[in-house]
Amino acid sequence: MNFDFSDDQKHLKGEARRFLEANCPTTKVRVVLNDAAKAYDEDLWKAVAGQGWMGAAIPEEFGGLGLGHLELCAIAEELGRAVAPIPFGSTVYLLAEAIMLAGSQMQKQAILPKIAAGEIIGALATSEGPGAPTASSLQATVSGGKLTGVKLPVTDGDIADTAVVLAKENGQAGLYIVDLNGAGVAREMLKTLDPTRDAAKLTFKDVPAERLGGAGEGFDLLQQIHDRAAVLIAFEQTGGADRCLEMARDYALERYAFGRLIGSYQAIKHKLADMYVKNELARSNAYYGAWALNTNAPELPIAASAARIAGCDAYWYAAKENIQTHGGIGFTWEVDCHLFYRRSRQLGLVVGAPRAWKERLLSQLERRNAA
Amino acid sequence: MDFSDTSEEAEYRETARAWLEANAPKEGLKPDRTGGADLDHHRAYQAKKAAAGYAQISWPKEWGGPGGTQIQQVIFSQEEARYNINSAYFSIGLGMCLPTVIACADEATKKRFVGPGLRGDEIWCQLFSEPSGGSDVAAARTRAIRDGDGWVVNGQKIWTSGAHYSDFGILLVRTNTEVPKHKGMTMFWVDMKSPGIEVRPIHQMSGQKGFNEVFFTDVRIPDSQRLGAVDDGWKVSLVTLMNERLSIGAGTAADSGAFIQLAREATIDGESALRDATLREKIADWYVQTEGLKHTRMRTITALSKGQTPGPENSIAKIISAKQAQDVGAEAVDMLDQFGIIRDPDISPLGGLFQDQWMAGPGSRIAGGTDEILRNIIAERVLGLPGDIRVDKDVAFKDMPTGR
Ligand SMILES: Cc1cc2nc3c(=O)[nH]c(=O)nc-3n(C[C@H](O)[C@H](O)[C@H](O)COP(=O)(O)OP(=O)(O)OC[C@H]3O[C@@H](n4cnc5c(N)ncnc54)[C@H](O)[C@@H]3O)c2cc1C
Repeated sequence: MNFDFSDDQKHLKGEARRFLEANCPTTKVRVVLNDAAKAYDEDLWKAVAGQGWMGAAIPEEFGGLGLGHLELCAIAEELGRAVAPIPFGSTVYLLAEAIMLAGSQMQKQAILPKIAAGEIIGALATSEGPGAPTASSLQATVSGGKLTGVKLPVTDGDIADTAVVLAKENGQAGLYIVDLNGAGVAREMLKTLDPTRDAAKLTFKDVPAERLGGAGEGFDLLQQIHDRAAVLIAFEQTGGADRCLEMARDYALERYAFGRLIGSYQAIKHKLADMYVKNELARSNAYYGAWALNTNAPELPIAASAARIAGCDAYWYAAKENIQTHGGIGFTWEVDCHLFYRRSRQLGLVVGAPRAWKERLLSQLERRNAA
Repeated sequence: MDFSDTSEEAEYRETARAWLEANAPKEGLKPDRTGGADLDHHRAYQAKKAAAGYAQISWPKEWGGPGGTQIQQVIFSQEEARYNINSAYFSIGLGMCLPTVIACADEATKKRFVGPGLRGDEIWCQLFSEPSGGSDVAAARTRAIRDGDGWVVNGQKIWTSGAHYSDFGILLVRTNTEVPKHKGMTMFWVDMKSPGIEVRPIHQMSGQKGFNEVFFTDVRIPDSQRLGAVDDGWKVSLVTLMNERLSIGAGTAADSGAFIQLAREATIDGESALRDATLREKIADWYVQTEGLKHTRMRTITALSKGQTPGPENSIAKIISAKQAQDVGAEAVDMLDQFGIIRDPDISPLGGLFQDQWMAGPGSRIAGGTDEILRNIIAERVLGLPGDIRVDKDVAFKDMPTGR
């Protein structure tokens, strides 16, 4: 048993941190925040592509580095720390994973090399309004190879080239690959709680769509894609939560109230200790998820659910209590606390809110205990 | 104990209800905090209330108030709550600043300010917090130096809500640095248009501009604007802070009605979210908290209306209400799943009420006493537990350990 990253993986992580410190300081994140029309940081996206990160887990035969998911997890943690304003998750954790999981050889050949080269941005379009879509609520429809419907919201929908869309065909839910640059696709940018990440409303009218995986497998595949993405997102969450704890600790070591460092008050000490506890729980659950993901273990659904639940909880707590530790100044636009507060919710919603994951975890546990 | 109206109370309620029906703006009033055109709507309604004796109902006649009872105030507020009216423009002045002025000023000053304050003609702000301390207000460094029959003030205040549209403020300054910090401060009222005052709005994380930095450069304040004795400003500030906690605790508890409405519309696994067992449990908990606070406040008001000093029970209010607002916002956003990330009044349910609440939540847990300070107050002043070791009590202000 070896429950840690290898030296090479740690080295990669260190490199990634240095790279992002140089290329993605929060001043760059704020450029996207402050410009309502700006969906992402194009320069950073190109620079990240130059590092080969998009292809870290894509096999060499499809143009990737073929490193594996542990390496991708290490990168994800650093991207989370940096609150990177780029469509990495949509492209790599969602689109690439979907294609690797369920794509035909031809689909893999068509899409994965472009992802690895940083040539395309991806998206996963499932939501159609309030609440997670279900077999009975799903409206988007494919008929005669053409997709019609509305997806709302779609993360990175404004900028994505290729999307995997959940839709029904002959009454059965399936996943479909759609070229978003073709005719019949209308995009509308949305205002969100986290303007450093893009979201859009996509309207499809008779847009060519090619099925990914089997007919009627839509929800089943979606769940498997979400499991994989949830592990990677849990690393982003851990990275963000760690950064919040560091900010709070630094501030507690410089701010005086009543003639003492605020870090000398137990109310603050206990708050930071609680952050640490939650962050470590999240990290360990994420590690277990990483192992399950990397080895394609049957434990993945349980491990991914646990990683997601712990990741959401840790990031939310760290983000809000970091503001609280800062007092009035934490509630300002100029101080970075809110970048993390916003991102904690964005990551907490993007593959579905924790509520559904708790349900999923329990149903998996029930099944395991019955077996 | 009796939770129903007496016959006089019922009559008062009837009259208030009829008055509101005729006069309350049907579309509600929600301050945008810019102090621009929307302030005129708030002023118009406030002036009507004042003319009808419904502004600060329990303020005594000798202050220039309507001279009603605390219970009447409660009744009116309950009835007014149906109209979705938020009077935040006036609440700092009426809830904190003017009671402080009234407690300390001479007759002429009271006469001068009470009427315009009640009518909403003049707006007040509270100039206490500084970069050097918000929890520790007594760390204030803004300096007033005696000069003939007045004072010259230099320094900076921060987080001053509404300073950008305020006419007057109450200002806590340092007048003596040779004594321990609580013993060297003095309170004044100040005209915000005085030469040397510069107000710079601060961008809040929510995107709004509700609070400000206020800079004082050689601002002259006549000694006649002093509230309380020289170097006795700390005691005066306690009057304000007590009123602050009473008034802040009152308004902000979550409205489970709106949440239920949202839950009814949203779906979880194809069913109304209102049928979801975990959500039902949470709504029940929030409801009980909100009711508990409401009735706690009634206990306080009952004590006040009998001329008794209220017990410490009202100090629980903001600890509950601020965190609850944040929790409810988060839960409401999550309930919508991916759709919750959208923050657009035209798309988000209920005009984005809960997204806004989620963004404002962190501020409520800090403004008017942080969660941590309020707990310290309960532990030390209510329960009598020993205080933290203080290093700032007996040293001269100038020798106190500080950060930057
Ligand atoms: C929306 C908003 C509106 C405001 N409006 C006004 C206004 O109109 N007028 C005005 O004067 N001020 C106003 N304030 C300022 C507010 O009162 C202060 O921000 C608040 O009291 C905290 O002070 P601080 O910001 O200096 O934080 P600090 O006092 O530096 O606190 C930092 C952290 O340390 C903790 N801490 C401090 N001392 C202790 C202790 N002894 N034990 C345990 N923990 C401790 C705090 O709880 C906090 O978590 C407003 C603030 C906000 C957010």
